[in-house]
Amino acid sequence: MTAVQTANRIPLDDYAAVVGAGEIEELRALARPLQGRRVEMVNSTAVGGGVAEMLNRLVPLAEDLGLPFSWDVITGGEDFFQVTKAFHNALHGAPYHPQPRDFDIFREYQQRNLHRLPLDAEFVIIHDPQPVGLIEDRTNGKNHWVWRCHIDLSHPNPAVWNFLHSYVSRYDGAIFSSPEFARQLPIPQYLFYPAIDPLAEKNRDLPPEFIANVLSRYQIDPLRPILTQISRFDRLKDPLGVIRAYRIVRRYFDCQLVLAGGSASDDPEGAQVLKEVHRAAEGDPDIKVLELPVWAPLEVNALQRASSIVIQKSLREGFGLTVSEALWKKKPVVASAVGGIPTQIIHKHTGLLAHSVEGTAYQIRFLLSHPEIAARLGERGHEHVKENFLITQNLRRYLTLFLSLGGAV
Amino acid sequence: MHLMDTAETPFNFFTVANLTRITNISAMTLSELLAGLEQCNDASIFHHTFQTLSSHHFLTEGFSNDFAQWVLADANRDALAEQLAALDIRDYSSLAALRADLCQLVRGFCKLHPEFACQSALEPFYFCESIEVALPLGLTATSLDEFRVGITHLSHSSFYFHFISSRLRLHLRTNDFSHWLADGLGLITLAENVNRIDIYTNTLDSARNKLLRLVDRERRKHDGSTDREPHPAR
Repeated sequence: MTAVQTANRIPLDDYAAVVGAGEIEELRALARPLQGRRVEMVNSTAVGGGVAEMLNRLVPLAEDLGLPFSWDVITGGEDFFQVTKAFHNALHGAPYHPQPRDFDIFREYQQRNLHRLPLDAEFVIIHDPQPVGLIEDRTNGKNHWVWRCHIDLSHPNPAVWNFLHSYVSRYDGAIFSSPEFARQLPIPQYLFYPAIDPLAEKNRDLPPEFIANVLSRYQIDPLRPILTQISRFDRLKDPLGVIRAYRIVRRYFDCQLVLAGGSASDDPEGAQVLKEVHRAAEGDPDIKVLELPVWAPLEVNALQRASSIVIQKSLREGFGLTVSEALWKKKPVVASAVGGIPTQIIHKHTGLLAHSVEGTAYQIRFLLSHPEIAARLGERGHEHVKENFLITQNLRRYLTLFLSLGGAV
Repeated sequence: MHLMDTAETPFNFFTVANLTRITNISAMTLSELLAGLEQCNDASIFHHTFQTLSSHHFLTEGFSNDFAQWVLADANRDALAEQLAALDIRDYSSLAALRADLCQLVRGFCKLHPEFACQSALEPFYFCESIEVALPLGLTATSLDEFRVGITHLSHSSFYFHFISSRLRLHLRTNDFSHWLADGLGLITLAENVNRIDIYTNTLDSARNKLLRLVDRERRKHDGSTDREPHPAR
């Protein structure tokens, strides 16, 4: 079995300074009827990507509440991850004609993992499509199975979705990050926002000297506006579109662009996209393309805090937690109106939305011209994240789900 | 009955959490919004009015409910959006009455402007519903001092549960706090002042601070004094 040992523990009480002591006391009250009842989380990678990052923090916090949480990762060969990557893109609407062999590979690895994983907790939460077929092991009525889908399913490839639907419809419920992603399913569908951890290295306060050092290391000028997009080098994040928007803004402002990210272990396309980005940035010393190691949270944090404006110009998005990360740091954000982003960016209240390269460039120009508006958006964005997208809220939603499913109230 | 130093019936503080369920109803036009409003269940009306005000309490400039926000941002009908936003949930002690008024406004607009009724919005409106889970916090108050302590301990959602959503349980145009302050401690004026705190122009934090200030003023007023407000005869 591939059980994941989570990162260093932060006691739940430490969050009282951020969300208030009352919130923490109430989490404990909600967890009381669930004491000792086991939860098993399953996903496809222990490092890289928002899901692993979230589980790394959620699991220890739940344990602090007295809930025995375990986190298991499925294993697979390169063939499996190529198929699941193709599924992933196809579910986001990319053209794809799956072959019967692709489905066979998918089924084969589900079977292999079925023998390795316990899957006997009272609440089994399966994250994303890669392990969705583990439901095969379910004994009816024995425990509660919920599928947590983190990706944008609003325009799925029909062949892939039909294949996955046969698994999903056997769960007790499905969780989506936006109502737009919900499908016609015979099971209840819930809305859970993903969340960031305000005390994690990626989000906690940093000394100014550290931020200055990071800028100096990457030869970024702190005196000129810095536009930043933090995300994997993935076509769906549209890094080339960001460069085009930056080039429009450059006609009006002497600014710099930082594109920083790393490749997740289940993302074989990353290297190719990175190559294309380097090619597009060639010859412009004010575009910094930074390939960060998978765990460079402090650098990411510093880059976000140093930014004048944070961009998230995704073409498709599950939720886009980097938006919440930037808002938490009170940064003005310009982002595409896709997936879960409009949930975070309430247009003109907590940030600005755009629908094109030109629109993105215009909104950036507007904010660079009106720093007082940019600051106000950042402040409201911070409040929005505090209320809705912190890990303590995520924990609260899971507790509510378990109480609701498990009949403890 | 006179003002009591301690209430016979204690105030029981609850913690509340909401699970959001996505329904199969969505709307792309004002006509479809009206159809959705007519057919969705009460939990949907609650979610998009009472619940959303709680989760967006920090937006004190022009955010009222999800229907108004969608009509403004996606259907681009400012006048109807303003009318929907002007509905004050504190005026409602039943979701049926709130639904009726929402429907009446949208229906009236569609009748008056049939050319807009079937015009496509930018993005669909998705009807969701709230599943509320409430548990006793194990915290009670029988005096104003204990009540004050309890208030400071509540999370935003629990404060909102007692302060705003409570009118749906009580079926009265008041809230749990005011109800208990009046009924339990006989503090009628304080109860009325608490009920007057405007949740649309305050964040939950500033509303709580106002409530605490009112409580503190009351405590100072009665500190060492035997003056009591009479409780109205029943």
